Order: sequence, then C-alpha cells, then structure tokens
Amino acid sequence: MDPSSETLLDLHRRMVRIRHFEEAAGRLAEQNRLPGFLHLYVGEEAVAAGVCANLDDDDQISSTHRGHGHLVAKGGDYGGMMAELMGKATGYCGGKGGSMHICDLDLGMLGANGIVGGGVPIAVGAGFANKYRGSDRVSVVFFGDGASNIGAFHEAANMAAALSLPVLFVCENNEYGEFTPRDRTMAITDVVDRAAGYGMPGAIVDGMDVVAVWEAANEAVSRARRGEGPSFIEAKTYRFYNHHGVQTLGMKYRSDDELEQWKQRDPIELFEDRLASAGVLDADGAQAVHAAAQADIEAAIAFAEQSPLPDPDSLLVDVYTPTAYSGATP
Amino acid sequence: MTLPTDTEERRIAYGAAFTEGLAQMMDADPNVFVAGEDVGRAGGVFGSFRGLNERFGDMRVVDTPISEQAIVGLGTGAAVSGLRPVVDLMFMDFILVAMDQIVNQAAKLKYMFGGKATLPMTITTSAGAGLSAAAQHSQSLEAMLCHIPGLKVVMPSNPYDAKGLLISCIRDDNPTVFVKHKRLLGRKGGVPEDPYEIPLGTAQVVRPGDDVTVVTYGRMVHEATSAANALASEGIECEVIDLRTLQPLDMDTVVQSAQRTSRVAVVHEAVRFGGLGGEIASGIAEEAFDYLDAPIERVGAPFSPVPFSPALEKEWVPNAEMIGERIRALAAA
Ligand SMILES: Cc1ncc(C[n+]2csc(CCOP(=O)(O)OP(=O)(O)O)c2C)c(N)n1
Ligand SMILES: [Mg+2]
Repeated sequence: MDPSSETLLDLHRRMVRIRHFEEAAGRLAEQNRLPGFLHLYVGEEAVAAGVCANLDDDDQISSTHRGHGHLVAKGGDYGGMMAELMGKATGYCGGKGGSMHICDLDLGMLGANGIVGGGVPIAVGAGFANKYRGSDRVSVVFFGDGASNIGAFHEAANMAAALSLPVLFVCENNEYGEFTPRDRTMAITDVVDRAAGYGMPGAIVDGMDVVAVWEAANEAVSRARRGEGPSFIEAKTYRFYNHHGVQTLGMKYRSDDELEQWKQRDPIELFEDRLASAGVLDADGAQAVHAAAQADIEAAIAFAEQSPLPDPDSLLVDVYTPTAYSGATP
Repeated sequence: MTLPTDTEERRIAYGAAFTEGLAQMMDADPNVFVAGEDVGRAGGVFGSFRGLNERFGDMRVVDTPISEQAIVGLGTGAAVSGLRPVVDLMFMDFILVAMDQIVNQAAKLKYMFGGKATLPMTITTSAGAGLSAAAQHSQSLEAMLCHIPGLKVVMPSNPYDAKGLLISCIRDDNPTVFVKHKRLLGRKGGVPEDPYEIPLGTAQVVRPGDDVTVVTYGRMVHEATSAANALASEGIECEVIDLRTLQPLDMDTVVQSAQRTSRVAVVHEAVRFGGLGGEIASGIAEEAFDYLDAPIERVGAPFSPVPFSPALEKEWVPNAEMIGERIRALAAA
C-alpha cells in the first residue's frame, strides 16, 4: 500500500518531533541539567515514526532504554516527558522513573525499560490480552540487535508465534550493543534470520527510509489485526550519538568515517528531499514543521523547569495499589 | 588502630585496585579468564577491565552477547571443567536475569553431586544508588544472595579491600559474588602493589569506640564513619565495623564489640526490610542479649524501589546525617 500525502506529512512530523526532543535533551544533558543516563534516539527516527504511524492510541508498544523516540512517535507529550527527564513531579512518572522508565499507558506506551529485553515478553502479554478480548488491537515491541541475544527475547518470540498472537517484533539493528559491535556477539548478520526459527514471517527494511518502514509495518500490523499472528521487522539503522550522552566523533569503538557515512543518510534529510521532489512538502513547509516542534520543545523545557520537584512524602506512594476489587471490569 | 590502608604510600582508585588484582591473577594462573558484556575491547562500562583484552587477548577477556544467563552458565560450566572464571554482570540488577544459573546451578552443584564438583567461579558486579540511575540500575540485592547456601558474597568499601578480596574470591574454590559499589569506583586509598589476600569472612574494625557498635559494609562504611566522627564531638564514641564479607559473616567480631559497647546499630544501603541487618541483629540477640542496654537499631533504605528524581533519591539513600540521628537516639536510650 502506498502512503497518502497525509500519511507522508504525518511521518515527517513524527520524525521531526523526535529529533527536536532528543537534540534538546542532549543539550540539557551537556549542561548537566538532566540527572541520570540519557540514551538518545537521533538517527533512528524513521523506525519509531514508520511503525507508530500505523498504530492507534489503543495499540500498545513496549520500548527500550532508548525509549523517548518511541513515546514521541506514539503521540507523547513533550512537557510530561521533559519534566520526567528532569525528575519533576509533573513528569510522566512523577519523577520516579526518569528517561529509562518513561511511559504513557493512555497512549498504549508500556514503558521504556532499563533491562535489555525486558520489554519483549511484556508486549507479548499485551498481545495476548488483545487476542483474549477478541479485539483487533496489536502490540509492538521495539528492541535492539543486542537485545536479540537475550533469553527473554527468544522465549517471548516463540510464545507469540506458538499462541499466534497479534504482535509485531521490530528490531532496531544499529550494529552495536553499547560499545561492542554486533559481529562480536552474534554469528549472523541479519537478526531477522531468527524469526524463521520461530515460524514468523520476517522482513529487512532500510531503517533510514521512513516509507519503507511504514510499508513493512503496515503489512505486519494488518496481518496481526486479521488474526494471522506475529511478524518480525529488522530495521537497519544507526545511532548518531554515543550509547549514552551526546558524544559523536572520536569514539574508540566505531570510526568517525562510519558515522559520517550513516549521517549522509540522515532519515529526516532523506525524507525531506523526497517530499520536496514529490511536491508534497517544500523547504519552507518543512521548516515550519521544525519551527513548530522547536517552539513546543522550548515551551516544554520552560514547563519542566518551572515544575516542582516531587514531594519527599511521595517516596512510599505507589509501591502497591490499594485494592478495590468489585467484580469484573468491562 | 592503624589500618593497612593508612600505611600504604601508593594510593590508587578502588576501580583500579580491582583491575590490578584481576590482572595479577590472570598473570599468575592461565586458567583465570574474564567474560562479560563490554569487558573486552571496551574495557568495561566502568573501566574496570581496561587494558586486559589488549594484554590477554580475546580468549581470556571475552566480549559476550547480552546474555546474562549464558554468561553465568559459561562460568559455571567452565569452572566445573577446570577453569577459574571471572564473569561480570555489569549492574547488580542484571543478576536477576541470571538467577537460575547462580542459585539453582552454580550454588548447588557441589552439594547435589555429593561433593564431586568444584566451582571456582567469581561473579563480579556493581551495586548502589545515588546516581539517578532509577529502579533497575541502583539496587543492592546482596541479602538475596547471602540467603543461598553455596555462595560467598563480598562487598568491599575501599581500594585495599577491593584488591585483597578480589584475589581471595578468585583463589576460592567456590562460587563467589564480588560486589563493587558504583560510587566508590573513583575513591582512592593505599594499595600494595604485590598481590595479597583478605581472608573471606573476616570483618575489620575501621574506627574503634566504646559507646556504640556500628556494623556496616560497602559504601555505608564511609557514611557511618562520617556520622561517628561527628558524634565524637558530642562525646559519643562509635566503633565502626566493616564486614567486608557478607557470606560467610564474621559474627565473632560483631558480637565481641557488642558485648563491650552494649549498643548496636546495623547500617546498610539496601532496603531495610529483609536486609542483612535483620540477620545480624538476631545473631547479636542470640549471642549477646544479656549485654545489650537498648534494642538493636537498623538503618536501611525505605521499602520502595529506588526512585529516579534526585529529590526523592536523596531521601532514599541513608546518609551520615540520618545515621547520626539514629545513633544519637540509640546512645541516649
Ligand atoms: C539485562 C541487561 N543487560 C545489560 C544491560 C546494559 N545495557 C544497556 S543498553 C545495552 C546495549 C543494548 O544494545 P541493543 O539492544 O542493541 O540496543 P541499543 O542500545 O543499540 O539501542 C546494554 C548491554 C541492561 N540494561 N540490561
Ligand atoms: Mg544496538
């Protein structure tokens, strides 16, 4: 299926919004204005945008330590996100989770995750609930190439296939797990090869091409909605910053040349060229989208900075849910 | 009393002491190898394995996939087969992914096999809060490990102990868990260059005193010592005991001190409920009940996951001030 111009503009806007959020977060981190770890998604925007543009608010995603992009792509609120990154009471998690646990259950975003592979079985569980209820909702799990080496991934992939659950496995293969290249930790080049072992259809897409991601996800999501079970998409992509933080050049574990080559294929620039030649969005139009995102992010930063810190009295709140069972809920 | 660490001229960081001890064991024994995520080319995410891959090669300093269960299993199988593995699990929170291999396999094989297996494996990891690393990268889970027969557990508080305990762990013929504290990695102290051991199961009095015994370990040794120094100006003299090894636990040193001071506080960063403090307090109650002038005080983190926001985390992690307050009340009781 070809995306409509409306879809193309939507994809562009999602990517731009991710980029502006991440660049702003990176600047704040450099100024020591963000506590904790920061794993930026810059360079990988086409994956989250291309997949999430196929989802409704009712569809769920589970994410990784590199999770901001997934939440922005799912429609996340900049203000709540930025406040969470700053550890403020108005943040998505009231300041209790931070970057690695950011979530929005109303948008079906079941959380970033500090444990590599930890989100994979959770998405499968959401998929089970969807099938159980007879709904046509789907769940998507984003995970890295590195995460595909952990047991939780393999167990969950097999289970999703065995139970024929409406789940989409999206592997963001950026060729590294932290500071170690993929070829030191697996003997295959394409993570998607693993899908066959679980009896799932799999596809490789250019993760720098948002339309390619959108098309593959569109097919996989439709398949899941039709009740035909899980699929696997491997998106070949690259992170432009270090594993965490904002360092770009001069890293010991990967060459500047390699980075520069990938940056030649910046997913947003590639797409803007394409939109311009297709006559869908010219440079001024693209600029307006960037300006709007920039204005939003500045407002979000101001909101976050003015927000109060969490009250120390909230420390022991939400460890448990006060039980109020009153029979089955619809 | 002077500690060995005070008399040493050469001062190096806790992390560097770990690396040095490990390199010396690898030099001395070709059966010692290291495996873990990012330990090879990258030298470890905390720099604890820096230089080892270049020096000992890929076969002895192994970059593994992100596969904690298989990493510990690799160590277990290699240990049973005659090697002396050091396997790294980066953050202590990640041991949970490998719990079957640690608890059901490594800890029990010797016993289940009627004594026929030997498992000289060291698991290294890093614990501790205070860096806004949130609930899945900040935990102190040592009590869980100490509960398991077959494992030994150490948590050094200073560079001297880091090196000596690591060497003892590697030389030990049992599965040991060596827990660094992330916030101690850069802390410097005196460390002899030659290899040396600190016998597992030996606590150390790091500050003598007659009024209150403060039993602690890991990073809390420093918070407790600061508290003790501040209380000294009020005329309260604390004896601070650094347990160093948590399994086996040196209760003799603790009990002797308790019998002398008659007042005891146990301090750890881990969540108070179900923490090691309970075990230590009941051990003292069994051995020295008649000597006690006050109930044993336990200081530990509140019963919640570790919060992200610095505003909450600073309330969560016990500090010198909180410890001092509780000891002051204990001294007055
Ligand atoms: C169970 C577990 N092991 C190790 C880590 C440390 N860690 C955090 S991110 C990461 C690399 C993940 O690589 P990949 O899945 O490819 O994701 P990427 O960072 O490349 O997006 C590692 C090893 C962790 N958080 N959880
Ligand atoms: Mg990766």
